[in-house]
Amino acid sequence: MFSDFPLLSLIIWLPILGGIAVLINGDNNPWARPLSLLVSAATFVASLGLYVGFDNATYHMQFVEQVPWIASFDINYFVGIDGFSMPLIILTSFSTLLVVIAGWEVIKDRVSHYMAAFLIMEGLMIAVFSALDAILFYVFFEAMLIPLFLVIGIWGGPNRVYATIKFFLYTLFGSVFLLVALLYLRHVSGSFSILAFHDVSLSMAQQTLLFLAFLIAFAVKIPMWPVHTWLPDAHVEAPTGGSVILAAITLKIGGYGLLRFALPITPDASMALDWFVITLSLIAVVYIGLVALVQSDLKKLIAYSSIAHMGFVTLGLFIVFRIFANSATGSGAELAIEGAMVQMISHGFIAAAMFLSVGVLYDRMHTREISAYGGVINTMPVFGGFAVFFAMANAGLPGTSGFVGEFMVILAAFQADFWFAFLAATTLILGAAYTLWMIKRVMFGDVTNDQVAQLTDINQREFIMLASLAVIVLAIGLWPAPLTDVMHSSVEHLLTQISQSKL
Amino acid sequence: MMFEVSNMSFALPEMFMLVMACVMLLVLAIRGEKGTNSIYVLSQLSLIATALIIYQSISSGGGLSFDGTYIKDTLSNVLKLAICLINVFVLLYASSYLKARSLFKGEFYVLALFSTLGMMIMASAYHFLILYLGLELMSLCLYAMVAMQRDSAVATEAAMKYFILGALASGMLLYGMSIIYGVTGSLAIADIAQVLQTQQIDKTVLSFGLVFLLIGIGFKLGAVPFHMWLPDVYHGAPTAMTLFIATAPKIAAFAMAIRLLVDGFGDSQAYWQDMAIMLSVLSMIIGNVVAIAQTNLKRMLAYSTISHVGFILLGVLSGTAQGYSAAMFYVLVYSLMSLGGFGMIILMSRQGFEADNIDDFKGLSQRSPWFALMMLILMFSMAGIPPLAGFYAKFAVINSVVEVGLVPIAIIAVVMSVIGAFYYLRLIKVMYFDKPSDQNALQAPKDMQIAISVNALLVLALGISPGALMAICTITFS
Repeated sequence: MFSDFPLLSLIIWLPILGGIAVLINGDNNPWARPLSLLVSAATFVASLGLYVGFDNATYHMQFVEQVPWIASFDINYFVGIDGFSMPLIILTSFSTLLVVIAGWEVIKDRVSHYMAAFLIMEGLMIAVFSALDAILFYVFFEAMLIPLFLVIGIWGGPNRVYATIKFFLYTLFGSVFLLVALLYLRHVSGSFSILAFHDVSLSMAQQTLLFLAFLIAFAVKIPMWPVHTWLPDAHVEAPTGGSVILAAITLKIGGYGLLRFALPITPDASMALDWFVITLSLIAVVYIGLVALVQSDLKKLIAYSSIAHMGFVTLGLFIVFRIFANSATGSGAELAIEGAMVQMISHGFIAAAMFLSVGVLYDRMHTREISAYGGVINTMPVFGGFAVFFAMANAGLPGTSGFVGEFMVILAAFQADFWFAFLAATTLILGAAYTLWMIKRVMFGDVTNDQVAQLTDINQREFIMLASLAVIVLAIGLWPAPLTDVMHSSVEHLLTQISQSKL
Repeated sequence: MMFEVSNMSFALPEMFMLVMACVMLLVLAIRGEKGTNSIYVLSQLSLIATALIIYQSISSGGGLSFDGTYIKDTLSNVLKLAICLINVFVLLYASSYLKARSLFKGEFYVLALFSTLGMMIMASAYHFLILYLGLELMSLCLYAMVAMQRDSAVATEAAMKYFILGALASGMLLYGMSIIYGVTGSLAIADIAQVLQTQQIDKTVLSFGLVFLLIGIGFKLGAVPFHMWLPDVYHGAPTAMTLFIATAPKIAAFAMAIRLLVDGFGDSQAYWQDMAIMLSVLSMIIGNVVAIAQTNLKRMLAYSTISHVGFILLGVLSGTAQGYSAAMFYVLVYSLMSLGGFGMIILMSRQGFEADNIDDFKGLSQRSPWFALMMLILMFSMAGIPPLAGFYAKFAVINSVVEVGLVPIAIIAVVMSVIGAFYYLRLIKVMYFDKPSDQNALQAPKDMQIAISVNALLVLALGISPGALMAICTITFS
């Protein structure tokens, strides 16, 4: 029913054009906020249409649109989605809606710029997830940096300039290698289509270099240890909306990139170098977990916890080679990839919720120091309830979405190597330790100071924001089938792709 | 008889330009200072009319004329058209600057037209001597323009530097040409190419001559290690003159490089490719790294020009039609961005105040959100961030070197573009994240404001759909 209607293009361009409209509208216009809300809500509703019209039975790209864009470079406007990109697109449109609501009263300076930046970014990120032409992907991948650079730089904290330039240069440095890799692949395959890249056969030396280029580009985005240092800075300085988008979506683009490029295009190099990625992932899980434990800044703590959680994603993606090596059937490989995907989606919601919660506190107290708080639950009981729930989800409590992904990856890791699973499972302890200790210091105990005593509980706007996230986190935790069903065919297809040598 | 009347039409735009420049000289002689305004209008009209003549003549075919010394082909047509149109904008920006500084003199426009004539001759020359004459006509006018602000010591120093180093470069080029003449027995580019193909000639002497040709080209483009004049002249010259030097002459220098290296020595590419690689890589590295340390915007843009020249050479050195068209696309986009960049400095300046320090752009987004956005577009484009024109320029040249297997050079290029991004970002940071230190509203005239908006939006439009321009560049070399 959706086959003729360019739904995907609508979802990409509606927020971009809407953002431009908001921008032109100007700051003094009272319509900036309602218009942004309208655009982001309409985009979200339209993106649900992707879910409704999605065919779970096939791994082929759906909602495909292909028209020549720059004929002299052989670049096409070629978009389409599969089971990997569809959930991420819905996550994007939902997060942007939340960001618009979150910034409603909080942002007073240059409102139309703020809203426009997020709306334009939404369109660009959705385009990244749906691009099937390599250069189209790259263009949106890079263009996304501009609004985020401005958001952190204009509305960020005291050290925002350092943080935003570091963020920009780090990610740009990673992605330029991707450009060379894509140009080289075009040289070999004769087309910029990502699907054509999947079929091209490459020697081991070629694959290794391409894989390293992909890894640099996407490891910076994810971010993996040791190229993660931009993330805590960017998160701490970014305004709440910026942190939400960073954690919920841009980190996922790194994981998505590995799924879309590294694994299917260079399977042999991925297999040969899987020890490297697995090592980095386990370091992220264990070491960064320990680093998170000692943070005194709320946002920094969540930033480090994000890096640790993203370690699970890369772990899940790369243990499949060990699973294949251990058992002929490769049972468990599917679990690993699906676990990584579920972890990405779930982390998107939980991290968004955590940053929004910090935002709620920060708007009232204007500090992110853990030591400035104490006994908040006495003055903000409703908020306290949400915060404790999200903290539990972050720690991977069964019944929440945080548990599902981690559990799937750990289970799969047992098929690969006991020690991988053992180290990965430490997150259940570490995650619980840093999250719950933070909650204990901020939420519980006696009211420590006058400022906390004067806190007012969340209002209706904040309640809707947090409640909707809580419902989703709980829903995925209790019944993840609707999420895993859509990606099933794509996962199977990916596994056939990576189990065939390209040499 | 070889000479045919119809062939004269190949040089019609140049003849028209020459007549108009002479008419302007007469007007200047008769009306004196009072005629300045009419000379300005006349110069704009001549540029536009010349552009129309070139446009009209595109369909009428081309080829060699004047005994094989002059050529009319797609390359010359497109480059001449670009030179004229760019200069329309240059003169428009310049006059607002000159008027505010009692530099608004008729001589500037006469010199500008003669210089433009020189550039057009360079684009069409198919003979070493014609090429050299075009180059000298262009350069001499430029030296005089830089020196026009007679009471400024900095400008005079810049003019001296420019003149001496420019003369040195011309000498080198001439020396190289004479060596080539000694080896091949001809000065006509077509003949030289034929001799190289058909006869066995002494390759050692040939490469010796090529070295000097490349030095000359390197000087005129501003490639490292022949770049030393560029920051000083850009910095010292009045901004209007810097604007003039930084835009159209680069297109002409590109034409010279293509005529000499590709049309003349395309088959001997092996002899100059390594040298071009050195020039290109060094320009990208030195240009980008040194630009970081600059606090003066004109100097920063000068070093950024050097790095862009490195990228342009990247396309030329690949030695394929794809690479040449990529380089051509780059040089056109570069001159458009450079036009906007220096135009913004003029826009920010006003009587008695030069906005050529990076700090002068502090908080521009609060003083004038619209022009801050325009500068943002220009800077991100220079940094090569999509979806702006500068990205496709970099994309095209890097693609062309990857296609010929020079992947390590492509990697150097992309790493350097990341380093380059830093100083463009710094300017954006100053505009958007800092508080304004100067609350004065911008005073530039309306026509200038509109022109610069068109300029920047063109960069954005070329970024969203670069296809048409790229198609033209592809046709040129097919």
